[in-house]
Formats: sequence, structure tokens, C-alpha cells
Amino acid sequence: MKDPFSDTINSRLWQEQATPGNPFAAEVCRASGYDVYGDLLGKASYVEYLYLLFKRERPAPQLARAFQILAIALANPGPRDPSVHAAMATGASGTPAAASLIAALGCGAGSYGGGREVLLAMQAFEQRGTDLAAWTEALADPPVPTRTQVWPEPQQPAGFETYSSASARPTRQTLALLAATLPDGRCAWLEQQRAALEAAAGHGLAMTAVSAAALLDLGFCPDEGEMLSLLLRLPGAAAHALEQKQQGFRQFPFFHLDLQDDPKRAQP
Amino acid sequence: MTTPHVLSAYEGALKTSMGQCFPGERTVFRGHDLHAGLKGLDWMELYVFGITGMRFTPAQVELLHALWTCTSYPDARLWNNRVAALAGSARSTATLAIAAGIAASEATIFGWQPVMNVADFLLRARAEREAGAALPEVVARELARHKHIGGYGRPVATLQVDERIPFLQDLMARLGLPAGPCLELAFAVEAELLATGRALRMNYAPVLAAIPLDLGLSLRQLHLFVTPCLMAGMPPCHLEAAERPPGATFAMRCERIAYSGAAPREWPES
Repeated sequence: MKDPFSDTINSRLWQEQATPGNPFAAEVCRASGYDVYGDLLGKASYVEYLYLLFKRERPAPQLARAFQILAIALANPGPRDPSVHAAMATGASGTPAAASLIAALGCGAGSYGGGREVLLAMQAFEQRGTDLAAWTEALADPPVPTRTQVWPEPQQPAGFETYSSASARPTRQTLALLAATLPDGRCAWLEQQRAALEAAAGHGLAMTAVSAAALLDLGFCPDEGEMLSLLLRLPGAAAHALEQKQQGFRQFPFFHLDLQDDPKRAQP
Repeated sequence: MTTPHVLSAYEGALKTSMGQCFPGERTVFRGHDLHAGLKGLDWMELYVFGITGMRFTPAQVELLHALWTCTSYPDARLWNNRVAALAGSARSTATLAIAAGIAASEATIFGWQPVMNVADFLLRARAEREAGAALPEVVARELARHKHIGGYGRPVATLQVDERIPFLQDLMARLGLPAGPCLELAFAVEAELLATGRALRMNYAPVLAAIPLDLGLSLRQLHLFVTPCLMAGMPPCHLEAAERPPGATFAMRCERIAYSGAAPREWPES
């Protein structure tokens, strides 16, 4: 039978030149043509390199600035966020560091404030563009899913707060700065139409919508945006996990349960 | 007066009907004492009881076990097993290896996305059939709406009969468990696809979905049931990789990267 699989890793991103005499060690590594260790290192900023890895091109200075703003805005959702809470639970209980990040990713992946919501909001933007009427129509009559997937169905329109009819101040502050940095894109439109969109949705605009608009303005597709939103939330999770590790589990909430069906309580 | 926030009602003690540990005394598991009322349950029985709150007959539990064991393939090339193996090669921990391998089982070309797709289709198709629709019409409508039906066709062996299916059919016959409506429908869909010229043999996903659905599991319960299903194939791959020299599992020299991107260029000074 013919083997249908490739023998090589095919990449438009990464090229390696072997060290003479050692085919398993790279002497030169190029990312989209740039010599990473021989040229780019020391010249490119971290967000420029991150952008290069995803888009295979250097970002224009304005895009690099917007990307940096977004990266800082998403870096720490704070210790009450489920993903950071999950990372702290692992830190407090002393797991390997990777478990903290796995916990943060698992709990930061969903459609309630997580990577899935960013993806869905980006897809909504792709479908509706900056057409307020299209947004209003879709928010009033959301499309019914045609089948169940591994992801639970979202319980609020993607990009909007679940419990609040108003956007949070940090969301508005981030949006204002991104709109000023990217004055011709979706961020600027989102800022102009925020009140109308919130009225149509009955929910405040969420940070996930701001992320979605910014990621699209930066040229990322929804898959790239989902991945980046997951990546960019990890610094806060890591820092909080380490803080709880230092403090120890007794300084971390263990909570109380109210067991509804205790067989012992049911006995006369 | 401001309306109380929805989440205010959820502050404080967490209401639960699922269980609680009373250290040094007992543990309640879905309303039963784990060490008394549930004493003697094997792990599968406890696992599906935890998911569904239902109890199953010994024959049904044996069948559920078989759904897992017959698909535990210690082949380190398979994508999820490869993750567990590479963790061994990189000298990571066993738990991180298996956790990553399980996460990698929620894939699109194999694993839980096709299982959920076909399970959802089988439930919808069963309802449509019960409402009087003919099977060819149901299949054609699904293909028109979603382009393909998950679980039909296989990435590594497209035309062969999936080896797990006759194994399970034999076991069901031995256990005296008849095929339920979802399993019968899964076979009927395969026949319909083949009859209409689509060379898409049923893979394991429709069987793995249909049998638990026929036992009364919901879609979300099915998802939880299958989650550890491929796990038994992972430790052998991980262990063997850990026994090889570091980095020796799927070792690749630099030239195995086939680059087709931009030509060499310089990063300008800013």
C-alpha cells in the first residue's frame, strides 16, 4: 500500500541549516527568511517576532504598537477569572508548572470569556463586517446551530457580557486606545457603534469583542486569533499560580459545599 | 433600587448534588456512600454512574469496557499517542504526557469531534425516521447541510472494514445484547452511502457513539464517556519513549524540514 503521508515537515515558516558534522543541530534558523539568532535577535521586539511567526511578515509599526497594547490588555484577566483561578489551584497545590498553564488553557478556552468566544466573535465580524444593520439583525435573531459539537452552545452572543448590559471600564479603555491606534479598522467602528450594539444585544460589549476586532485589524484569521488569545492570557495565570505556590494552600480559598443529597442527612 | 447581580445568588457555599469528601469519615458520590453503597463497583461502573447517575447490567458494563479496550492502540504514530510519546522523549512527567494525549484526542480527523458529529446526526436521523422520513432522504439532507457525515471514511484505511466493528458485534452476540436503534441506523447509513456510490465505510466513531446512546446516554454524557477511551494506548508509547535516549523518539535531522517560504532577508534596524 502506498504510504499517503509526508516524510518531511513542510513549512513556509521555518528553515534550518545543519551544523557541519551534526545533522541534528541547526547552525542557522530562519523564520520566514530572517536569520533568527544571527540577525533578528536584538533588533525585533517580542511582539514583532510573535507577529512574524503567525503572519510570516514583519508588522508595520502601527500594527506592532496595537499588538503590544492587546498583548498587555489580555496578559492578566485577574485571579477571579476561571483560567487564572484554575492555574492558582494548581500553584497552591504544588503541581508542575506545566499543569498550571494546562489548567489555564483548559479553562480559558471556552465560550464564556475564552478563546472559543474570541473565535466566534471574529467569525461574526467576518460575516457581518461593519454593517450595523447586519449586526442588529443577527443579535435580534441569532442563527440556530444545526448540530451539536464538542463545544457547549454559548449562552450569550459572542463578544458580549453575559451578566451585564454595560461594558466594563477596562474594556472601554482598551477599545479607546486600540481605536486611536487603528483608526480605520473594526476597533474604531466598534467604538463608534458600541452603544448601538449594546442596545441591540441587551448586553455590554466584552473584552472578547475588542480582542476579536483588534485581531482582525491586525490581519489574523479566526483560528490565529483563537490561538493568540489563549497564548496571550498565560502570563497572568503563570504569575498568579507562582504567587499561590509561594503562599501555600492554606492561604488559598477552599470554599464550602452545601451537599443536597447527603444519605446520612436523609436518614430519620 | 438596583437588581441583585445574578452571581450574588451563587456566592458562599456551593450547592451540589454530586458529592463531597468528609476526610477521615466518608465520601458521598451522587447521593451514595462511596465506601459502602457503591462498594464493589469497578472503575467503569463508577465512571458511567458518575456521568449518568444510572446503573447498568453486568453485560452492559462489559460492553462499555470493550468499547474502550478494543480501541486502545499503542501505536506511537497516532497523533494523540505521539504526544504522550514525545513527552516521554522530552523527559516530561507521566501525568503531563497522558493529560496532553487525552487533550489531543478531541481531534477532527479522528477522536471525539467525529464521534460527537455522528452521535448528533444519529439522534436527529432517528427522530426524523420516527417521524416518517425515508433514510435516503435523511442522508441526502445531512450531506447537503453539512457536506459529510462524521464517522464514515477513515484517515488511515479508507476502504477496509474497521476491525473493531466485527469484534464488538461478536461480543454483543455473546452477551445477548441486541443492536439498539442507533446502532442499526449507523449500519443502515453506511449501506445507504455505499449504495449511492460513496466509498465511505463506517469507521469506529458511529459504533462508539451509537452503543452508549442506545444505553440511554445523552450527547454530553457520551462525550464524557469517550474522553478516556484512547488512554490505554498511551502509557506504552510514553514508557518506551522514556526508555530511548532523550529526543530519540521520531528523531529528525534538520533537512527533514522542507522549507518553501520567503528567501533569506535582513531585518532592518528600527
